[in-house]
Amino acid sequence: MRFIRKTLTGVLASAAIAASALVPAASAQEDTIKVGILHSLSGTMAISETTLKDVMEMLIDEQNAKGGLLGKKLEAVVVDPASDWPLFAEKARELITGNGVAAVFGCWTSVSRKSVLPVFEELNSILFYPVQYEGEESQRNVFYTGAAPNQQAIPAVDYLMEEESVERWVLAGTDYVYPRTTNKILEAYLKDKGVAEEDIMINYTPFGHSDWQTIVADIKAFGSAGKKTAVVSTINGDANVPFYKELGNQGIEASDIPVVAFSVGEEELAGLDTAPLVGHLAAWNYFQSVDTPENEAFIAAWKERMGEERVTNDPMEAHYIGFNMWVKAVEAAGTTDADAVIDALPGIETPNLTGGISTMLPNHHITKPVLIGEIQADGQFEVVSETEDLVPGDAWSDFLPESKPLKSDWVELKCGNYNTETEKCLGAM
Amino acid sequence: MRLIVILLGLLATLFSAALPATADEAELRAAIAKFSEAKKFSQTEAVIEEIAALGDPAAAPALNALSEGVLMVRESDGAVFIIRGTKDPLELLDPVTLEAVGSAPEDELSKVKVKNSIRRQIADVVSGLTLRASDPKVRLQAAATIFSRPDPEIIETLDAVIADEADPRVKQAFIEARAAAVLDSDLSSEEKVEAVAVLRARGGRDVLPILTSVSTSEDEAVAGAALNAISAVEENLMFWAAGQNIWYGISLGSVLLLAAIGLAITFGVMGVINMAHGEMVMLGAYTTFVVQEFIRNSAPGLFDYSLAIALPLAFLVSGSVGLVLERGIIRFLYGRPLETLLATWGVSLVLQQAVRTVFGPTNREVGNPSWMSGSFEVGELLITTNRLWIVVFSLFVFAVLLLVLKRTRFGLQMRAVTQNRPMASSMGIATPWVDAFTFALGSGIAGIAGVALSQIDNVSPNLGQGYIIDSFMVVVFGGVGNLWGTLVGAMTLGVANKFLEPYAGAVLAKIFILVLIILFIQKRPRGLFALKGRSVEA
Repeated sequence: MRFIRKTLTGVLASAAIAASALVPAASAQEDTIKVGILHSLSGTMAISETTLKDVMEMLIDEQNAKGGLLGKKLEAVVVDPASDWPLFAEKARELITGNGVAAVFGCWTSVSRKSVLPVFEELNSILFYPVQYEGEESQRNVFYTGAAPNQQAIPAVDYLMEEESVERWVLAGTDYVYPRTTNKILEAYLKDKGVAEEDIMINYTPFGHSDWQTIVADIKAFGSAGKKTAVVSTINGDANVPFYKELGNQGIEASDIPVVAFSVGEEELAGLDTAPLVGHLAAWNYFQSVDTPENEAFIAAWKERMGEERVTNDPMEAHYIGFNMWVKAVEAAGTTDADAVIDALPGIETPNLTGGISTMLPNHHITKPVLIGEIQADGQFEVVSETEDLVPGDAWSDFLPESKPLKSDWVELKCGNYNTETEKCLGAM
Repeated sequence: MRLIVILLGLLATLFSAALPATADEAELRAAIAKFSEAKKFSQTEAVIEEIAALGDPAAAPALNALSEGVLMVRESDGAVFIIRGTKDPLELLDPVTLEAVGSAPEDELSKVKVKNSIRRQIADVVSGLTLRASDPKVRLQAAATIFSRPDPEIIETLDAVIADEADPRVKQAFIEARAAAVLDSDLSSEEKVEAVAVLRARGGRDVLPILTSVSTSEDEAVAGAALNAISAVEENLMFWAAGQNIWYGISLGSVLLLAAIGLAITFGVMGVINMAHGEMVMLGAYTTFVVQEFIRNSAPGLFDYSLAIALPLAFLVSGSVGLVLERGIIRFLYGRPLETLLATWGVSLVLQQAVRTVFGPTNREVGNPSWMSGSFEVGELLITTNRLWIVVFSLFVFAVLLLVLKRTRFGLQMRAVTQNRPMASSMGIATPWVDAFTFALGSGIAGIAGVALSQIDNVSPNLGQGYIIDSFMVVVFGGVGNLWGTLVGAMTLGVANKFLEPYAGAVLAKIFILVLIILFIQKRPRGLFALKGRSVEA
């Protein structure tokens, strides 16, 4: 019961803060720079996105404590698109035209990002998108601070090939655009590496799939063909918990068939008894367990604000990097005007939480280290492999024939999908 | 565990007495101490190899601890310990004798890092060291490890071990492990054919990769025997695969039954389209979470009983929410199905968001009691314990509900009211309250379902949404107003789904089922078991 009381007081306290924030906001409207936060606080995606809203508010408060930006205070404008994709576009419009925000930090699923793209283009504003995604996109108004496939999926597969000498692959994913595109890239990559067609099994499941018995049994059967087998999982959100439970129950151990996941982080493991999962892998650009002074300070501030039991994860770090880049770009440009900031952003460098310096690239993606972590019994990850240098994000995969000749460069070419063969910019897609 | 370790220690001393050149304890200690300097994985691997070379079974506990991630180094002096318990300060055990040697706070210890390849290396080393362990389970484990990663070099050792082994089960496991190793070696053709026969007799999926690898052998006798064995084993597996599909189907059916059975009352018997039904299930799951949280904090010993305690509470919580819902909203909307649908849908959103505000949007951890964890094998059929319990539980709930409806006074009134309201009313039955309690009963059953579903699904505010459509599907398919229809409907849908899934994939299987139901409803609008008589018109 104690924690209920704690949560209730937390709710009351945040309500009080919200109320108190409203009053000065009305009187000091001219003196603040508004920052939009477009994350679902209700509906299916609230499970992942609420945390990102919290971390943005923390970052904004910290910046205000440092004296704000351009001599003004920052003000967070939070809207709730309720996991409803068309509502994302409406809310984005409301933020930009109604509230006049200087930049928006938001979206999680690719479909929500696709839904707001035209709005940002039309109203010429800035979106920072913090989640790993399938690539094959580069838009002038969007800055992608999450991983592109070459910063997560490809290095993870390389690790399994080299360290675990995996020869047989199960690509399991939820049935929507991110897993389908990622698996398409991975399949092309694996075949490129000489993996035979019959050594790749691709499986899609609906959102929120909860009965994994057949699929896990299939994976087990597929894995007993005498070659080392691994599962590359792009299973999204809630479906992971029953999937891992079934793996544990059917006795599939990580040392036999490891599962490397691209959507399972500290937050997802928090709802799970991880003892049977020890050794399964995840590929990210950040883990809470990374031991650097920056990360220690970030975790301390987060726990101080949200409670001891809360964890940090990769998309939170992406917002951390994205927000700091935006602040630097605004300082460099001397204005929050969208065109000036968009021009100032490429080339901006800011420390990430894993001890490196991330750079915003001309293709609006950033450089990041790639970390492979093993799940531990305490729900954290232990890094077992790390790229030596930061990997630059690649908007257009080199492993898909249709996107291979494409290049994105918003500095020199002023184009997000320049075809290097025909030497033409394809323009809006 | 402790006993094994002591016996292992004894065995070690026996060994060192029998074989003059075996390592003594000091040498082992020195080797284990080197873990404190191993900063890279390659260094850790080197230390393990060094320990393996000593051939001392007393190393097994330290290696196992390393594999489990409980081998730690004290930062102040670099001493290596095995950790017991998770409470800070951690209890320290000597890595060789396993005696308690004090405690240390968590942040003064650092873990010796491991990864999967090191865990495999350890399993191989430990299996070599524990071939003669006194506990048959440890020996079985060793045999299983050798079987999964056979090494021809171990054949001679295995021959000696097999000759001395007294336990027939362990002996058989060793013989099978030896057969696997023989097929990987360059022994004679006769030996290999014999080994193929051993594996053929063993059967199961695990022998297929070994047999496949020799089926392309240049030795025709061996290759032929292997091919024969493969087809025999596969035939056997096919038979079991059908059994497995049926079991998975029943298991899925039982989950559907649990989710739908409450709805069979509120929708089936009362005719209320209750879109908030899934949220009643969710409330039950959260009740389980709160009960477990309470037990974890105040009475950890009761954890195995947490579900039993949660059951009545979940019934009460969801039941009372249902009661309030009926009294507060639904009773004003009887006879207006569209408005009921919209109102209950609104309620479902409110309940979801309320839970999200109180418990947070993230998943909550509900643990499996020990008696619900793990699995066992029947032939080639793997049955997971939690699924088995859910099948039993769903049938139990079904039976109890049937009894309540058919054998109690409340059940009688309930049926009377739904069949002919004015008549029931004129017989002195307080129909509004019967309605309210019927709805509460249906909601309460949904809450109970939530307790069971918390064991296999994640406990989040969205839990209920995943089940609402399936529940309606089951009730409509089974026949509105008939509990038996719900049972048969749930099981049919479950089994059909599981037979389609391997061929069509999970997404298409779901679509097929939906299409089949639509077609079925066209043909029989009242479902499998239609109610007959006057009540149908009401």
